[in-house]
Amino acid sequence: MSSIEKAPAVSAFGLRITTTEWRALLASVVIFVAAAFVPLVFGGYVLQVTISIVMYTAFATSWLLFSGPTNYIALSTAAFFGIGMYVTAAGIDLVPYPVLIIASGVAGAALAVVVGLATLRVSGVYFVIFSLGLAELVRQLMTWAQHVFGTMSGLYVTIDRSEPMYYWQLLLLTAVVYLVGWRIGRSRLGFALRIIGNDELVAVHCGINTARAKVVLFVISSTFASIIGALVAPRWGYVEPVVAFNPFLSFQVVIMALLGGTHRLWGPVLGVIPFTLLWELISIEFPDQTTLLLGVCFLLIVYVIPNGITGLIEDALQRRAKIGGSPRGALQHTFDVSTASVRSLLQRRKSNDA
Amino acid sequence: MDIVIIGLLLGGTYALMAMGLQLQYGVARIMNLANGEMLIAGAFGAFWFYAGTKVSPLVALLFVVPLAFGLNWAIYRVLIMPLVRRAKSQGKLDVDAILATFGLSFIFIGIMVAVFGAQYTDYAYLSEPIFIFGERYGLNRVVAFLGSAALCAALYLWLHKTRTGLALRAVSVNPSAAGLVSINVTRASALAFALGGAVTAAGGVLLSMYLTFDASYGVVFTLKALIIVILGGVGDIRGTIVAAFILGLAETAVASLIDPGLTLAAAYVLFMVVLLVRPEGLFGRRTA
Repeated sequence: MSSIEKAPAVSAFGLRITTTEWRALLASVVIFVAAAFVPLVFGGYVLQVTISIVMYTAFATSWLLFSGPTNYIALSTAAFFGIGMYVTAAGIDLVPYPVLIIASGVAGAALAVVVGLATLRVSGVYFVIFSLGLAELVRQLMTWAQHVFGTMSGLYVTIDRSEPMYYWQLLLLTAVVYLVGWRIGRSRLGFALRIIGNDELVAVHCGINTARAKVVLFVISSTFASIIGALVAPRWGYVEPVVAFNPFLSFQVVIMALLGGTHRLWGPVLGVIPFTLLWELISIEFPDQTTLLLGVCFLLIVYVIPNGITGLIEDALQRRAKIGGSPRGALQHTFDVSTASVRSLLQRRKSNDA
Repeated sequence: MDIVIIGLLLGGTYALMAMGLQLQYGVARIMNLANGEMLIAGAFGAFWFYAGTKVSPLVALLFVVPLAFGLNWAIYRVLIMPLVRRAKSQGKLDVDAILATFGLSFIFIGIMVAVFGAQYTDYAYLSEPIFIFGERYGLNRVVAFLGSAALCAALYLWLHKTRTGLALRAVSVNPSAAGLVSINVTRASALAFALGGAVTAAGGVLLSMYLTFDASYGVVFTLKALIIVILGGVGDIRGTIVAAFILGLAETAVASLIDPGLTLAAAYVLFMVVLLVRPEGLFGRRTA
């Protein structure tokens, strides 16, 4: 509480930003710049896996924007992703690609507004159920529409893009997701959402328009999923309902975010990296048992690490801090001990020399 | 007329499976997303039995139901109880239960794929016509409807005429107050959960007589059952039955008048309307 007042704040973009935040921002910039060099160093399979990691980081982090603070488990990522893909595939021969990216976002946002207004005004369970079937619903409607209008069930998306280009596009989007998430986290809206997540009744009594806050965040979160769809569509080349609206995607995103931890913006990425690597291994070694193993992962996370990897890290830090006796904690303690021992070592050597 | 009768026949079977979920969510307060997989497991059980023995799938109920009861009892005791103890509020419990049962549903699918394969499965049982008002209908549909109606009636009577049924209904209204009048809420919840699973599996056996299914088809039934429960009002058996018929009719109407691929869309439209107009369901009590 008091640390905010103590830390010298420098204002930028009309915000008061504390030193800790500047440091975090700087660290993030360094990480992103370093990540941007990956395609220059690696190619082939490594680059493919890295693209997956960046894509899922964007998915899981944007999922977290809504579901993290509110505890409303959204299982609708695949629906919005598919919509983004379809908008892109349908318009690729008609309008320039950048326009389509924006159009995908708008289409996703529009669907999210409708779904949000219908389901987010009542209890959270109904929202989860609705989002669970959303991808299947949109897929049915899409297949039916194609049937009625007599178009082919699949669509080709052909534009020339190299693998590194996809990587950079997705990385840029991930950076945007992080910035938006950080900005929301310190806004009134973000605060409102955290109150809703703790106790919705209290939030209502504080005068928060809970429905509005939830819908706004759900729309932001879903828009990102649609934009990812638009960015990835040309890489897949061929879009058809069964592939574009594969509900498996939604489950993977949820499990990655949960594995990483949903209380911190940097949580999902910690889940995405190990899970993507593990999943690569599983799909190669046990291609027939993927569903079973996904289920096992779900149960393990719920029962063994309910707060995710970030939860584990923070618990460990706190425990160490208690041992160290100071709030600065473990690192400081180790540092102090090691400097002391080095100093005594040097002194002993000096006295030996003398 | 055609649509009405097929819709009613379908609705009758839906009523049974939704009743299973109603017991699990309405009484035990566990949002069980693995419900549809239990139904498919029942269907596979019937298929396996019929393929092996050529005896009526109705006989399969005799072993599928107790098995499902035992399995769900174990699931509640081993997997759900720790979550109930850990949960600070109903909201937190919902989140945990949804994730856990969701994982469970994947495990069920995985096991069923490993045992029975991923292909579409069906078998021909009583696929001879029967004439109602001069129109042809599959006899298996009628038998499934009658079986489901009998089970629904038995369940309804049990809930309303026996002491245990009364205890279950009391827990459904208010678990903490039920505890005060010396009802063992934990036991009642476990019983409701197990019974719900057994009823759902029975629904699966009946549905399998005329429906083609595969291992990953359960989620569709989970959704339908959930929509029926919400449409009818959580904790209200009458509402569930009425809602099941509404959904059966709506689906059949959409399938035969517009496009057979749009059945889920029909269910979703109903869901949307309920959420917008009457979120507590047809017979649900309006809570503050």
